[in-house]
Amino acid sequence: MNSLFPSSADFFRVAPVIILTIFGTLLMVLEPVTGDGKGEKPMLRGLAIAGLVAAMMAAIFASGDPGPAFNGMLLIDGFGTFFSVLVIGTGLLTVFCAQDYLVRERHENGEFYALLLFSIAGQCIMATANELIILFIGLEISSISSYILAGFLRDDRRSSESALKYFLLGSFATGFLLYGVAWIYGITGSTNLAVIQSTLAAAPVNPRLLALAASLMFVGFAFKVSAAPFQIWAPDVYQGAPAPVSAFLSAGPKAAAFAIFLRVFTTAFGSMAEKWEPVFWGSALLTMMVGNFAALRQNNIKRLLAYSSIAHAGYVMVAVTSHSQVGTAAAMFYLASYAFVNVGAFAVVSYVAAKGEKHLGIEDFAGLAARQPLAALVMTIFFTSLIGVPLTAGFFGKFYIFKAALDAGMVWLTVLGLLNSAVAAYYYLRVIVVMYTHEPSPAVRELQPAGSGLQVGWMVAAAATLILGIFPSLLLEFASGAARLR
Amino acid sequence: MNPLNLMLVVPLIGFLLCVLASKERALLARSIALAASVLAFVIALSMIGPVVAMPTGFQFQSDVPWITTPIIHYHVGVDGFSLWMVLLTTLLTPLSILASWNTVRERLNLYFAFLLLLEFGVLGVFVSLDMFLYYVFWEVSIVPVLFLVGMWGTEKRSAAAVKFFLYTMTGSVLMLAGIIYLYTKTNTFDFTRLALLAHSLPAEARWLMFLAFFFAFAIKTPLFPLHTWLPDTYAAAPTPVTVMLAGVLSKMGTYSLLRFCVGLFPEEAQHAAPWVAALAGISIIYGALVAIVQPNMKRLVAYSSVSHLGFVVLGIFCFNRWGFDGAVYQMVNHGISTGALFLLVWFLEERRQSLEIADYGGVARVAPWLATAFMVTTLGSIGLPMLGNFVGEFLILQGAAKASFAWAVFASVGVILSAVYMLWFYQRVFFGEIAEGVAARMPDLSLRECAVILPLIILMIWFGISTSGMMEPISAANGALLNLLEGPARVAVVK
Repeated sequence: MNSLFPSSADFFRVAPVIILTIFGTLLMVLEPVTGDGKGEKPMLRGLAIAGLVAAMMAAIFASGDPGPAFNGMLLIDGFGTFFSVLVIGTGLLTVFCAQDYLVRERHENGEFYALLLFSIAGQCIMATANELIILFIGLEISSISSYILAGFLRDDRRSSESALKYFLLGSFATGFLLYGVAWIYGITGSTNLAVIQSTLAAAPVNPRLLALAASLMFVGFAFKVSAAPFQIWAPDVYQGAPAPVSAFLSAGPKAAAFAIFLRVFTTAFGSMAEKWEPVFWGSALLTMMVGNFAALRQNNIKRLLAYSSIAHAGYVMVAVTSHSQVGTAAAMFYLASYAFVNVGAFAVVSYVAAKGEKHLGIEDFAGLAARQPLAALVMTIFFTSLIGVPLTAGFFGKFYIFKAALDAGMVWLTVLGLLNSAVAAYYYLRVIVVMYTHEPSPAVRELQPAGSGLQVGWMVAAAATLILGIFPSLLLEFASGAARLR
Repeated sequence: MNPLNLMLVVPLIGFLLCVLASKERALLARSIALAASVLAFVIALSMIGPVVAMPTGFQFQSDVPWITTPIIHYHVGVDGFSLWMVLLTTLLTPLSILASWNTVRERLNLYFAFLLLLEFGVLGVFVSLDMFLYYVFWEVSIVPVLFLVGMWGTEKRSAAAVKFFLYTMTGSVLMLAGIIYLYTKTNTFDFTRLALLAHSLPAEARWLMFLAFFFAFAIKTPLFPLHTWLPDTYAAAPTPVTVMLAGVLSKMGTYSLLRFCVGLFPEEAQHAAPWVAALAGISIIYGALVAIVQPNMKRLVAYSSVSHLGFVVLGIFCFNRWGFDGAVYQMVNHGISTGALFLLVWFLEERRQSLEIADYGGVARVAPWLATAFMVTTLGSIGLPMLGNFVGEFLILQGAAKASFAWAVFASVGVILSAVYMLWFYQRVFFGEIAEGVAARMPDLSLRECAVILPLIILMIWFGISTSGMMEPISAANGALLNLLEGPARVAVVK
C-alpha cells in the first residue's frame, strides 16, 4: 500500500478535484480572450457548467470503486461521495442562479467561476479527507476562495466589509483548528483519522490534553458551520456578500464543514463521545435559539436568511449530537435539502433586490404574488420547507433529525428543538404573508421578468424540494447506506 | 378504485385544476370547485351503507407503503365514528363554495383552490390510520387557512392568519415529538397496532405523550385557555371560510381527542379527566359569558362555538357511553348548526356590509324567510328539543351527571346562558325598529342562498327527530372503544 508513486486508482478517486482544478485554471487563462465587451460571457459560464458536470460524473464514477487514495490520506466512501456530489450540485445551481445577477452588476467574468470551482474543489477534498493535514488543506482552499467570493463586488463597501470580516474571523478560527491538530499529533503521533481512533481506543492518554485538543478543533469546526457561540460572523458576511455568493456560502462550504465535523468526531473522537456529547447538546440548543430568536427581529431579508441559516445549523448540530448512523444520515439528508432550498431562496432574493441590491427589506417583497406569481410561488415553497411543513424536503429533514435525537434518548433537546421550529415559523410566515396579502411595493412594480438562468435555477430547486418532500426515500436510502463511518 | 381514495383524490385534482386555471378562465374555477366538492360528497354518501352495516371496524381500508425508512404507509379507512366527520366535511365544503359564489372577485381561482385543498387536508385527517400520514394531513390543512385568511380576510387579516398558524404549529410540533417517540418505541406508525402497543410503554412516557397530544388538540378545538386565536381568526376570515373553520376544523380537535388521546392513552385520559372536565366547564361558561357582551355578530357566534365545543370535550371526558355518544352526535350537529349560523351571518353581512349588531334591527319585517331560517338555527343552537343539538347536549348532560353531578350543573348553566345570548342577539337583529339602511338593502333569501341553508335546516330537524340512523353506528364504534377501556387497560388501573 505504501508505494512511493500514486497508482492510477488513486488518480481515478480524486478525479473530481483534478477536473475542477483544470477547469478553474482554464477559466482564468481564457478570461482575457473572451467576452463580447458588453459584460456577458456565456462561453466561460458554459465552461464552468461543463467542468462542474464533468466533476460530478467523475465523483459518481469514483464511488463505484471506493477505497483509500494516496496512502490513506483521502478516503473515497459513500459519505465522501455524497458530500462531493452535494457541493458540486450546489455549485451548479449557484451558477444558474448567479447568471442574471452577474450580468446585471456587470461583473460576469472568469474569476467568479474559477473561484467557485476552486472553492468546490477544496470542499470535495474536505468531504473525502481522511487525514487532518489534508483536511486542513481542503478547508483552506475552500475558505480562501470563499473569502474572495464574498468580496467579489469590490466597488461595493458592503461586499468588501463582508470579505474582510469573513477573512479575519475565518483565519482566527483556522488557527484554533490547526492548533488542535498539532496537539492531536503530539498526543497520538499521527494525523490519520483511523490511526487516531485506534490509538485513543487502545491506550489511555492524558484526558486533559485530549480534551484541550478536541475543544480546539471543535472551536474551529463550530466557526465554519456557524454554530453558537461562534456564529457571530455569519449575519454580517451573508448580508454583505453578493446574494448568489451568500447562497453558495450558506449551502456548499457549510455542508462540507459539517462533513469533516461529522467524520472527525464520529471516527477519531468516537470513543470519547460521552464526553463531548453534553458540549454539543448545549451548542446545538444555543445555536437554534440564537438563530431563531435573532431572526424574529430582522427586517433585511438577507440578514433574516443568515440567522435562519444559523438556526438550521443548530438542527444539524442536533443530528451530530446524536452521533449515530441514523443521525449522520439525517444530517446528510438535511444538508442536501437545505442546499436546494437556500440557494433557491437567495435566488429569489437576488431577483427582487434588483441592481445594486437596493431592495432587501421584507416590505420590498410586498405584493410579489400579484406581479410575479411564479417567483412568489417558488419562494413560498422554499419558505414552507424552511418552516418544515409536510410534503416539503425541510419537513423530512427535521423529522429524521429529531427521530435520530429521540433514538439517542435526547427527549428534551427534541422538544426544545421542535418548539424552536414553531417560533421560526413566525419570521418565515411574515415574508409569505407580505408577498401574498399586501399591495405591490415600488420595488416589485419595477421588476422585469426573470432571466432564463434564474428561472431554471429556482424551478430546479423548487422541484427538488417538493420531490424530496414527497418521496424522501429516494435520497434517504442512499444516505443511510453511506452514513456508516468507520 | 376504493371510494375512499377516490373521495380524497377528487378535491386534490380540483385543487390542481383551479390553480392552473388561467386568468380568463378564472370563473370556470368555481364551477370546477363546486363540481369536485359535490362529487366528493356523493362518494361519501355512497360509503354510508357498508359502514353502517359494520360500524366497529375500519371499512374501505387502503394500505400502501409510502416511505421505507421509517416505515410509513398510506393507510386510510373509515368507521362508524369518522364516517360522520367525513360526511360533515364533504357537506359543508360545497355549501361554503356556493356561499362565496359571487362575493370573491380577486384571484378567485386561488380562493376556490385553497378551499378544496382545505377539504383534502381535513378529510385526510379524519380517515388516516397511520399516525405519520395523519400528521401530514394535519399540517396540510393549516396551510390553505393561512392563505384564505391572509389573502381574502377582513380586518387585521395578516396578523390573524399568522396567529392561527403559529398557535396550531406550536401544538402540532409537540404532537410530532409524541408521534416520533411512539415510533422509536414501537417501530410502527399504524394506529390500530399502536392502540394495542401504547399501554406497554413506561408510565412516565405515556403521560408526556398524552400531554403532547392533548395540548395539540386542545389548541385546535379550542379549549380554554388556549382559545385566544379563535375569535381573531374567525372574525378575520372571509365568512364562508369561517364556516369551514367552525364547522369542520374544530372537529379535527375533538375527533382526535377521542380517537387518539383517549384511544391511545385511556388510563392517562381517565386520570386527567377531572382537570380536563374543569377546563371544559370553564370553556362552556366563559364562552357563553363573553358571547353575551359581543357587539360583533361573528365574534358572538365564535364565542358561542367555544362554549359548545366545551360540551363536546366534557362529553368525551365523562368516560361513559352517554358522554361518548353525545359528544360525537354533538360534533356533527354543532358542525351543522354553527355552519348554518355563520352562513346566515354571512347573508346579513353581504346585504348590509356590517357585522355590528347595532347596525341591524327589524330585519324580520323586511326579510321574513331569512328571519325564519335564522330562528330555526338559533333554536337549534340553543338546544331546543326536536332539533339536533338537543340530543347531543342531553346525552352529554346525562353522561356528566353519571360521572359527577357538579359537572352536569356547570354544563346546564351553559345551556341557559346560550339561550340568553342567542335570543338576545336574535331580538336585537330581527325585531324592533327597522334600522337605518336595513330596509333598502335587505332582500329576502335568494334561490342560491336557499340551496345553501335549506339542507342544513332539514338536517337539524331530521337529526332532532330521527336519531337512530346516525346514533347506532356511533354507539357501536364507541362501544368498541369502551370495551377497550374496560378490558386490559381498565384491569391495570384497578390493580
